Amino acid sequence: MRREAEVARRRGHDGRDESAEEPGAPDSRFEREFPLLQILGEDGIADPSQPLLADAEVKRIFRAMLLNRELDRRMVALQRQGRIGFYIGAAGEEASVYGAVAAMEDRDWIFPCYREHGAALWRGMPLSTFMCDLFGNAGDLMQGHQMPCHEAWRPGRYLSISSPIATQIPQAVGAAWAARIRNQDEVALTWFGEGATSASDFHTGLNFAGVRKAPVVLVCRNNGWAISVPRERQTASETIAQKALAYGIRGERVDGNDLLAVHAAARRARARAAAGEGPTLIECVTYRMEGHSTSDDPKAYRPPELLEPWKRKDPIRRVRLHLKARGVLTGEDEARLEAEVKEEVKKALAEAEAFDRKPPLETLFDNVYARPLWQQEEQLQEIREALAGDPRVAGDR
Amino acid sequence: MPTLNIIQALNDALRHEMRRDPSVVVMGEDVGRFGGVFRATQGLQEEFGQDRVIDTPLAESGIVGTAVGMALHGLKPVPEIQFADFIFPAMDQIVSEVAKYRYRSGGQWSCPMVIRAPYGGGIRGGHYHSQSPETHFIHTAGLKVVVPATPYDAKGLLISAIRDQDPVLFFEPKRVYRAAKGEVPEGEYTVPIGQARVTRPGTQVTVVAWGAMWHEAAEAARQAEAQGIDCEVLDLRSLQPLDVGALRASVEKTGRAVVVHEAPRTCGFGAELSALIQERCFLNLEAPVARVTGFDTPFPYTLENEYLPRAPRILQAIRRTVEY
Repeated sequence: MRREAEVARRRGHDGRDESAEEPGAPDSRFEREFPLLQILGEDGIADPSQPLLADAEVKRIFRAMLLNRELDRRMVALQRQGRIGFYIGAAGEEASVYGAVAAMEDRDWIFPCYREHGAALWRGMPLSTFMCDLFGNAGDLMQGHQMPCHEAWRPGRYLSISSPIATQIPQAVGAAWAARIRNQDEVALTWFGEGATSASDFHTGLNFAGVRKAPVVLVCRNNGWAISVPRERQTASETIAQKALAYGIRGERVDGNDLLAVHAAARRARARAAAGEGPTLIECVTYRMEGHSTSDDPKAYRPPELLEPWKRKDPIRRVRLHLKARGVLTGEDEARLEAEVKEEVKKALAEAEAFDRKPPLETLFDNVYARPLWQQEEQLQEIREALAGDPRVAGDR
Repeated sequence: MPTLNIIQALNDALRHEMRRDPSVVVMGEDVGRFGGVFRATQGLQEEFGQDRVIDTPLAESGIVGTAVGMALHGLKPVPEIQFADFIFPAMDQIVSEVAKYRYRSGGQWSCPMVIRAPYGGGIRGGHYHSQSPETHFIHTAGLKVVVPATPYDAKGLLISAIRDQDPVLFFEPKRVYRAAKGEVPEGEYTVPIGQARVTRPGTQVTVVAWGAMWHEAAEAARQAEAQGIDCEVLDLRSLQPLDVGALRASVEKTGRAVVVHEAPRTCGFGAELSALIQERCFLNLEAPVARVTGFDTPFPYTLENEYLPRAPRILQAIRRTVEY
């Protein structure tokens, strides 16, 4: 009985998202005030009154989303095999990632949370380079300094990921603000989860952004869960979007599983930001279909039946149905794309695994400062001598 | 050469660097229109405008967090934390972000900035206007920590800090902001970060200090001289990087060391200095390294004279060390 009651209680939370699926029937003041933007139905049919993307662009994003899903599947398997230490995927949330990044200009600044590796790939980070970060090997741009999935990619203006929650929000605001100070026509895009809206940096970031009208696009992936804590234990607000009101900025609520809706909202937000009209908080209503990361087991706290309604809303499925409805994707195309992304992931993995397992010893001290301090030089010598004395110094135990 | 106090010297350094480099921006609470509660940024907004001398909302994590984004974009932010005691809301941004950005991105990105903060006691400010939190930042790899004691060094070190490629915590001795006066060149000069200065050569004992405590140490050394004790006084000026060569050279010569700081003793920077001295000068030592420090309590209001190392207490430690 208790378990049933618990499921019912959680369904209460889920029920709000269910109602969100039907924009005609909002059940609260703020859901009326921040109506859920949806362009693609679950059947993939687009609302003709809304802006659509060119077929070629949708196909390009569709392929990237397929690749992302395949990457997640393979990397989780790799982690289970013990070949990488950790992985954090985007399954179910791909539209919230690609819809936003594809709506930016190449010169815009990307401040990722930790589930948006797809945005780095979108900005040109080679897949094998991304995988080198997962291995922390000699090919890792981060020099093995960070755990997996904490990549940075400067050529794509894709900033560095940290694990502390919400710290990237004021940073994105600062970069956007700097662009204005320096008279550069650039905006900053950042993502965070609904859990991050509880953190103080969410507040300070949005407050600073509002005061200074920083050209920043703030995308909240409201995926319902912060590890094990459901959204209604995170905030008493009916929506995340309404939080924008308190900061004097614009808030929007979109179906986060609808690529076209996310893209349209992000594109509008970018245009407003670039025009000096200030920041926009976009709440992407989506759902985390897997664990928080490979270190998490959602079965311990989340009844699997909660996933059922969201399976029908799968963002990739919807884009697929959409492209088919538009007559620009055949079954053959699809099979070919599936095979291509599988091969691409396989090939990148082989390239990444060809690097030495560890970066050189001296990288231990690289890039702490612009130039090493005397004590770091001493310490490098110390570890060299220790290793020369006994190689087990570098052993696992 | 004009005689300036530390506030004037800092203002001069900021003005100089803002004129030289359009990417330098000053930001913080009350730093713009008002010129800062200690007036260090007075007149800067009039000259450089509201985009470069920015009155921010009242949130240290937001000040440093947005400064990170500005630095990543290519500006050179000089955020002011109104009192070092209020730096703790920004600790996550400083420790998890500022300090690690270069490291965690493998050198792809970095966010050099100068975080200025008045620190230290002796102004009847209680524990929220008196602390010396330098150790937290010395202990965080990726940050430099600089503490000037004189107007000359305040200007030269601040200019160096602004031009540095690494983030710098710049702690300013607010008790002597106006009391310390000295000749300061009008034009451009730098004092290199990482070089200590022997301010008084001596033979019997090395007294190591920085910031406001350097003034107390220098006074104690003068009083010691009257008692026939010849002290060498070392102003560290930069705590990270530390001029370990100067420390070693001095203690090898004198064989004795007294380390002075305001912060609580346990795990204070004096502990590190003491360890370095015994590691490097073990065979030269004639006496244990003495520490004259604040006590292991929050900073007191009424009994701050008892708490703070002052010349008489430093003098007692000097005597004990020489007579050991």
